[in-house]
Amino acid sequence: MKNEPKQQRVRNFSIIAHIDHGKSTLADRILEKTKALTQREMKEQFLDAMDLERERGITIKLNAVQLNYEANDGNDYTFHLIDTPGHVDFTYEVSRSLAACEGAILVVDAAQGIEAQTLANVYLALENDLEIIPVINKIDLPGADPERIKQEIEDVIGIDASDAILASAKEGVGIDEILERIVSDIPAPEGNPDDPTKALIFDSLYDSYRGVVAYTCVREGSIKVGDKIRMMATGKEFEVNEVGVFRPTPTSLKELNVGDVGYLTASIKNIGDSRVGDTITLANNPAKEPLPGYKKMNPMVFCGMYPVDANNYNDLRDALERLELNDSSLQFEPETSQALGFGFRCGFLGMLHMEIIQERIEREYKIDLITTAPSVIYKVKMTDGSEIDVDNPSLMPDNQKLEEVQEPYVKATVMVPNDYVGPVMEICQRKRGNFMDMQYLDDNRVNIVYEIPLSEIVYDFFDSLKSQTKGYASFDYELIGYKASNLVKMDILLNGDTIDALSFIVHRDFAYERGKLIADKLKELIPRQQFEVPVQAAIGNKIVARTTIKAMRKNVLSKCYGGDISRKRKLLEKQKEGKKRMKMVGSVEVPQEAFMSVLDLNDD
Amino acid sequence: MTISSAYIHIPFCQQICHYCDFTKFFYNERLADEYLEALENEIHTYIPGEKEKLKTIFVGGGTPTAVNHSQLERLLKMIDDHFDIAATEEYTFEANPGDLDVEKVRLLKEYGVNRISLGVQVFDDEMLEKIGRVHRVKDVYTNVDRLIQAGLTNISIDLMYALPGQTVDHFEKTIDEALTFDLPHYSSYSLQIEPKTIFYQRYKKGTLVKPPEEDEAEMYELLQRKLAANGVQQYEISNFSKPGFESKHNLTYWNNEYYYGIGAGAHGYLPGKRTINLRPLPAYTKKATADGMPILHEEPVGLKEQMEEEMFLGLRKAEGVSLEKFFEKYHKEASDVFGEAIPSLKQRNLLVENNGQIYLTDRGRLLGNEVFQKFLLDD
Repeated sequence: MKNEPKQQRVRNFSIIAHIDHGKSTLADRILEKTKALTQREMKEQFLDAMDLERERGITIKLNAVQLNYEANDGNDYTFHLIDTPGHVDFTYEVSRSLAACEGAILVVDAAQGIEAQTLANVYLALENDLEIIPVINKIDLPGADPERIKQEIEDVIGIDASDAILASAKEGVGIDEILERIVSDIPAPEGNPDDPTKALIFDSLYDSYRGVVAYTCVREGSIKVGDKIRMMATGKEFEVNEVGVFRPTPTSLKELNVGDVGYLTASIKNIGDSRVGDTITLANNPAKEPLPGYKKMNPMVFCGMYPVDANNYNDLRDALERLELNDSSLQFEPETSQALGFGFRCGFLGMLHMEIIQERIEREYKIDLITTAPSVIYKVKMTDGSEIDVDNPSLMPDNQKLEEVQEPYVKATVMVPNDYVGPVMEICQRKRGNFMDMQYLDDNRVNIVYEIPLSEIVYDFFDSLKSQTKGYASFDYELIGYKASNLVKMDILLNGDTIDALSFIVHRDFAYERGKLIADKLKELIPRQQFEVPVQAAIGNKIVARTTIKAMRKNVLSKCYGGDISRKRKLLEKQKEGKKRMKMVGSVEVPQEAFMSVLDLNDD
Repeated sequence: MTISSAYIHIPFCQQICHYCDFTKFFYNERLADEYLEALENEIHTYIPGEKEKLKTIFVGGGTPTAVNHSQLERLLKMIDDHFDIAATEEYTFEANPGDLDVEKVRLLKEYGVNRISLGVQVFDDEMLEKIGRVHRVKDVYTNVDRLIQAGLTNISIDLMYALPGQTVDHFEKTIDEALTFDLPHYSSYSLQIEPKTIFYQRYKKGTLVKPPEEDEAEMYELLQRKLAANGVQQYEISNFSKPGFESKHNLTYWNNEYYYGIGAGAHGYLPGKRTINLRPLPAYTKKATADGMPILHEEPVGLKEQMEEEMFLGLRKAEGVSLEKFFEKYHKEASDVFGEAIPSLKQRNLLVENNGQIYLTDRGRLLGNEVFQKFLLDD
């Protein structure tokens, strides 16, 4: 029963593109053409369901849609379009969803060419042996230069681009050709329906009625309702309640067969039991080996999250627990700060991941948050021989107890037009980077590779990069390991009290400069109080920078308002509201932004 | 409680001051005629029958004296037709120094106006020019003389401080010169940069800089000190007078009493609601002419708002708020309603309690908003 006709007419593919290069629009057109959506259902960019995704124009959660396509050869084909997130924080998720495919459509902007992120994802696709169909998009725009882009695809990626499809997803140009090429170029999934089941989990989400919904691609065998399944990484077993596909609304089926991409539910309570990259097999006839490539994702960036209003502590915990249900890479544990009270130390895959979680808590759960500046995990060797991990700068032991501090380094790849090589190298040097490599991709574009401490990336690296290159630089990074650095803890004192939530770790060579900058920044951000507030930056007992926030002298409505009492009231209400969003730290009222001030020092 | 006062707005000016965000328009004879027609209609809606007895009437602007003689007379007459002027304790007109010729002064006097508020602002021609004022220092002298000769001796002048480029010394000279007039009443306001003004545009562009907060505070303290030394007592954050010459109309606001708000953009306070009139001249004129009800919207004032306002308005007065009166009015103890607010403000030396009155300390007057916002109750 190998390769039965149905399986022969399945095509599983993803779309790889840089942010803004038109992935979502192309997905919409494909959905439209295959009539997966009626015009009435058609909402621009259907696959990006969350508001936040729409607003930021990025895909965070993955989707897999089943489409029916009647090809020019007269046969009906089943397509599974697997959407991938387009950001550096989610590389692993991308690699797993690519692993569920046999092919990928590579979308490159006809004017801007290949970006670092695209390249990173193409490499992931090549690692997974995918067939790649290059599409040059936005050919309708002025500045489009498809021939140059074809050359670039050949030079940079090393695949044949002579038959690249010229398209404009926005205008609907080239869509038919793309659909035909999916049929002709991308192979049908291999795999044997009679072998022991292997199904890859490439995403999962939590549904409050059904428990975890695992998005899966069946690589061998089949899964049907009632089967007892086993997660090969965790060993946990569950009984399947429902299997189905997205068309694009969830449609339940009796079973999922080899090549099918869909979902299953099995009363799984904890998303940690349905990990991205894990292999599902059947408990009574288990596969010997799982599918390759499973990794447990560990957070790289940490920050403290505290409710502005201490009464919201439990609400914040509920919000984090709920978000965690859908996001196994989010970690959190309770922590206490002298300055901020009770909160949580949270771990994220990267900065975007962190921002998204923060925004969702504030927006969906309506909790005002104070977030401390992000930190990385430092590996600390103590003079007594013990070793500890430090993910919260304020917990860094005193200098004299430290034997050595190691910090995580990344390999950062920056792709940039020629003219900006100078500024990019300058930024990388200033961020303590070690030059590794530089390749000219073509006459105009350069790939620059540096080793840089992750903590510098976490600060304002990406922003400086964008501003120094007028937005032309694209950037990707991967963790390469730990290295010893000459690091010290910088404490910030307000009104003589050390504010633990403002402590940060800095390289000794930059300590004075950064201490001064942050003291000045805090002076700018913290409004005048009813008394003078000294702001100090200190390493151990040594004050390295000092400034003063002057006392508030006059704050009273002494304007002629006539009988306009409403106006007076509004002004007072506004002042009161502003105060509510501040945190009383010791005797000083500190606005939320101040806790992130270390990130925004404009030291360019 | 009855309505004790009326505020009547005349939105015309010969020139627009750079800082002014009140409802105002360049004077135009025809528009002013139409406006007065509309205004009369609005007044008549409130008072259709016999003349109403009020404690105070205040005609402000804009510049009420910017209109021509016949228009001024028409305005005075329509007020006289609807209000019992003989019974009105205080009847104030705002005026721009320089606008008051002999004839206008005569009209004001004849129709029973008994108090004049002059927008002097600063005794320095150069600075007057910089803030967009049309009058000059000498006009103040001629106008005050003219008023006193006509028997209109209850005069107040407005002074502004924290003006761009103004120093503490400069303001001191203005105070000194103002005091040589030996008037019964002075008001002094700090410059506030408000949207939709010329100053706001300049401020946004960075071409206008206000004196530092330290200087502004010093100017305010200087003002209080100097006036007190000359027998002019502070009775409200921005108002000072010789004993017995406190503006009764101003006190209507701070005592949280009712007043009509009549004219374009005027604000009123009637039982249960605050009223806000249409601001644009054509909109006001059209609506008031048509049906006499040119109200843009009304904000309901419930018990909570009343109690809050009782405090944040009342505490503007030097005498503050009587706890006993608060109880009589609301049948609740202020200490129960506002909980921690009063003790914590006392502890911070912003508020004192004495003989059943609570009032701001010297420090509290400088930081009034810190005090007032504590009396906004949470929902």
